[in-house]
Amino acid sequence: MSKTFKIGGIHPHDNKISVNAAIEDFPVMERAFISMSQHLGAPAEPVVVKGDKVKTGQLIAKSSGFISANVHSSVSGTVHSIEMMPDLAGNLAQHIVINVEGDEWMEGIDRSPEIMREIILSSQEIIDRIAQCGVVGLGGAAFPTHIKLSPPPGKKAEFLLVNGAECEPYLTSDYRIMVENSEEILIGVKLMMSALGVKKSYLGIEENKPKAIKRMKEIASKGYPEIKIVSLKKRYPQGGEKQLIDAIVGRQVPSMGLPIDVGVVVQNVGTALAVYEAVQKNKPLFEGVVTVTGKCMPEQRNFRMRVGTTFESMIFAVGGFPKGAEKLVSGGPMMGKAVSRIEAASVKSTSALLLLTEEETKRGEESNCIRCAKCVDACPMGLEPYLLNRLSRANRLEDLEENMVHDCIECGSCLYVCPADIPLLDTIRLSKGKVLKIIRSRPKK
Amino acid sequence: MTATIIFTIASLTILGLVLALILYFTAQKFKVVEDPRIDEVETILPGANCGGCGYTGCRAFAEGCVNSESMDGLFCPVGGNDVMKKVAEYLGRTVAEKVPQVAVVRCNGNCDSRPKSNNYDGYTSCAVMASLYAGDTDCRYGCLGQGDCELSCEFDAIKMNPRTGLPEVDEEKCTACGACVKACPKMIIELRNKGPKGKRIFVSCINKDKGGVARKACAVACIGCTKCQKVCAYDAITITSNLAYIDYNKCKLCRKCVVECPTNAIWEVNFPVRVPKKVVAEVEKQ
Amino acid sequence: MKKLIVSPAPHLHGNESTKSLMRDVIIALVPSLLVSVYFFGFSAIKLALVGVATAVAVEYVIQRYIVKTKITVNDYSAALTGLLLSLNLPPNSPWWIMFIGSVVAIGIAKMTFGGVGQNLFNPALVGRVFLLVSFPVIMTDYSIPTSWFREGIDAGSGATALSIVKEGLAKGLTMDQIFTDNNFSYAEMLFSKIGGSVGEVSALALILGFVYLLIRKVIRPHIPVAIIGTVLVFSGIFWLINPAIHADPLFNVLTGGILIGSIFMATDYVTSPMSKKGMVIYGIGIGIITMLIRYWGAYPEGISFAILIMNATVPLLNMYFKPAKFGKEVKNG
Repeated sequence: MSKTFKIGGIHPHDNKISVNAAIEDFPVMERAFISMSQHLGAPAEPVVVKGDKVKTGQLIAKSSGFISANVHSSVSGTVHSIEMMPDLAGNLAQHIVINVEGDEWMEGIDRSPEIMREIILSSQEIIDRIAQCGVVGLGGAAFPTHIKLSPPPGKKAEFLLVNGAECEPYLTSDYRIMVENSEEILIGVKLMMSALGVKKSYLGIEENKPKAIKRMKEIASKGYPEIKIVSLKKRYPQGGEKQLIDAIVGRQVPSMGLPIDVGVVVQNVGTALAVYEAVQKNKPLFEGVVTVTGKCMPEQRNFRMRVGTTFESMIFAVGGFPKGAEKLVSGGPMMGKAVSRIEAASVKSTSALLLLTEEETKRGEESNCIRCAKCVDACPMGLEPYLLNRLSRANRLEDLEENMVHDCIECGSCLYVCPADIPLLDTIRLSKGKVLKIIRSRPKK
Repeated sequence: MTATIIFTIASLTILGLVLALILYFTAQKFKVVEDPRIDEVETILPGANCGGCGYTGCRAFAEGCVNSESMDGLFCPVGGNDVMKKVAEYLGRTVAEKVPQVAVVRCNGNCDSRPKSNNYDGYTSCAVMASLYAGDTDCRYGCLGQGDCELSCEFDAIKMNPRTGLPEVDEEKCTACGACVKACPKMIIELRNKGPKGKRIFVSCINKDKGGVARKACAVACIGCTKCQKVCAYDAITITSNLAYIDYNKCKLCRKCVVECPTNAIWEVNFPVRVPKKVVAEVEKQ
Repeated sequence: MKKLIVSPAPHLHGNESTKSLMRDVIIALVPSLLVSVYFFGFSAIKLALVGVATAVAVEYVIQRYIVKTKITVNDYSAALTGLLLSLNLPPNSPWWIMFIGSVVAIGIAKMTFGGVGQNLFNPALVGRVFLLVSFPVIMTDYSIPTSWFREGIDAGSGATALSIVKEGLAKGLTMDQIFTDNNFSYAEMLFSKIGGSVGEVSALALILGFVYLLIRKVIRPHIPVAIIGTVLVFSGIFWLINPAIHADPLFNVLTGGILIGSIFMATDYVTSPMSKKGMVIYGIGIGIITMLIRYWGAYPEGISFAILIMNATVPLLNMYFKPAKFGKEVKNG
């Protein structure tokens, strides 16, 4: 019996058209643009200067502050410059630009395909290694993994949940690694379990990926009894942290709380693979699987791609802009970010480049709310988007707080279902930011 | 018949009296003692409730005026000096006169000089757009054109011009309440002194990028070339991070910088139309 | 350079629109319309056409010339109101009754509040109740017009089953006597030969529409189920107390406007609550008020009034019955 979360949710067509495209290595570009702000928190500080020779996997920027992560070179070559460049949204971020010369990797990185099963490091050593290798959460928010694996004092993790739901339509990068690197992922999960000191772990996969479920179950039953593979119903936003916890262990994270408040830590399968590579293979996080997909494209592909590849070169690699493609989305169609500058480069957590046509993506003209309550039914947090939208437009922050606008997970379900094409999430997201700011500015008791 | 009428009148009268008594005693019991001057001051104020004074409304401002010792820091931008004088007179205080100000839009990148590089397709709101990305042109600083300032204006004084995609201020109506200044997420709008007879000069750009980048994004951007700074005899122009700024307190309205600016980023307002010197010379000859 | 479209997430949109939802409701009414055409012939078609045309025209005229806003007649909501109203009139009504009803429904009950989505009361019902109060004779004359397809129904069915029962009870007859006197049977109620307004004639056709709406996920079952359940329980209790003077629950559900009211009128998006809890309470309220009017009121049928009364409570229901929130609040999280 497949599990799922309790409140709300929608069923968009999953469109996993790139599902059978095996992962291929993306050609190393001529120039890499590596952002210092690839993670949540403070930007990393460069430790190289213009003209330095760097190797693939070499540390080029150090974490600066408590919530921050190291950045490693994804290519080998010469540092061309360190400058402020626009990211995909056009906002400036510091980038290290490297002219690529060959592909020489750092010594010590194990590039053999052999699977290293034996865990020799202690839990603290594992966390240190993860921090050194700059691993961040690959589920979307890019939160530094080593911090997530060190719960604050007084809080104890009971379970580790691994997110293989991939509930976003179109995306297949997690699916491909679950099929192609199944055992590595399970070892990564085991490493994180040992870092957290938990005894039990669940890996949730949605039903629309039967191959991945079967394969994972097979391997888990052979050597990883502490990891339980859970089949989940296909429903968006199953991969949301709070929804996944609700679906698998039936606990609800309290408002303004974190998963650790209910004794759970959630990690993505991509992160598990990155942890495996970091700890067992000594390979920092500088490449990841990126799905390049879209209905308007002749061919959909899954690439293993170095960090710092421009979107332009990705499009070039699949034969240029297909006819009709009007929107580029980095990530999934529900929560991904629209790319306004194709010269911007990929980051660690880039999971997909999605090309949409105007017909697929264009928003309809807004009309009156007919109070159909479809948004209320769709909201996985039990909020009333129609009301929040109205309050947001009137800027009634107190009422917004009373109606829990800060609980919104920005999954986009309300906007997806709205028959009147009201930009519900646009206005709610804005007021959520304002309300959170007010709540955080209050003195803590 | 008569009895019914008398009974009705009597019962209603008694009922009325009893209710009036109840109302009277409740009013006495829950009476709020308030300085009567607050009401008086409120009647003097324009009653726009715009919040331009920093208080939540005219009533709150009136309370603020009555309860404070002096009139320092209290100013009603809508009513201006006249109203403040009246308030001060009523309260028996003196008030320093304030120079009238007006909202100024510091972006002149219209559709032609600042071409769009992508098409925005979200909620019509500058705040939403600004939180999403840098904007639909290559200029990261410029006007987003969704009209948050127009919405914020209580006086109908700032309007989006559909032709240029930029807001325009009606200086007759503008009360310098500052609502649009707060509403603009790009901080383009500034309150500047209105100047003698409304004459003023300002840099209509806030692009802090290097000259080349700014110029590429917008033909009328300030490129930080320092030409205006050099030509200014009154030391009114400062240039910080590739952007010129004219201090309105120092500017003597000589208009030399306007001519000097290679990108026409410096604007003059309410000056008589310039007649080119050649023409003047020719006219004099004749 | 290519100009890309940029917008906040999500980048996809579902297929539903106001138009498609309204169209689905109209499609769900088609079986009832067909049955009524079968029974009442041209009269049913005439009423439907006048109703739809007037409703659309009134909305267009008001939006175009009076309030001068965006014209929304192509979202089918006005057409739906007109059609619903036509199905709520006695089959023999003259066309001008339909015309006045539509003008009131759209002009007063909908457009004065600001058009689609803004009205407090269900426009079709406001139209119907306006007519019922203003033209009581015409609105309670349920005589059957001759049909093209068959000879007119047995003479004498000039009243609805509910009014027959009410009058019979007033004369001191028992339910059994009324049933045998009038040859009532449940099969007839399902496919119906019993008098009633245009859309009420066949329970089966209405239920068909209900199933369609549920399959298309246009409405949720909460409101109709709550209303019908309440009616069943309420009348069941009285029937058990004294079956001689109270009709049985099934009779109460199958006759009168309970089905069309609960399926098509009470579920109107605009005038029904947003949360499921609210919907259930709203439905129970309608059920109880309907039965109160049926048993003790002056009118034989009360669902129109019941729905309008409960419409007025919707803002309150929305305020006090919120959907269940995810998780619980922690202090200073």
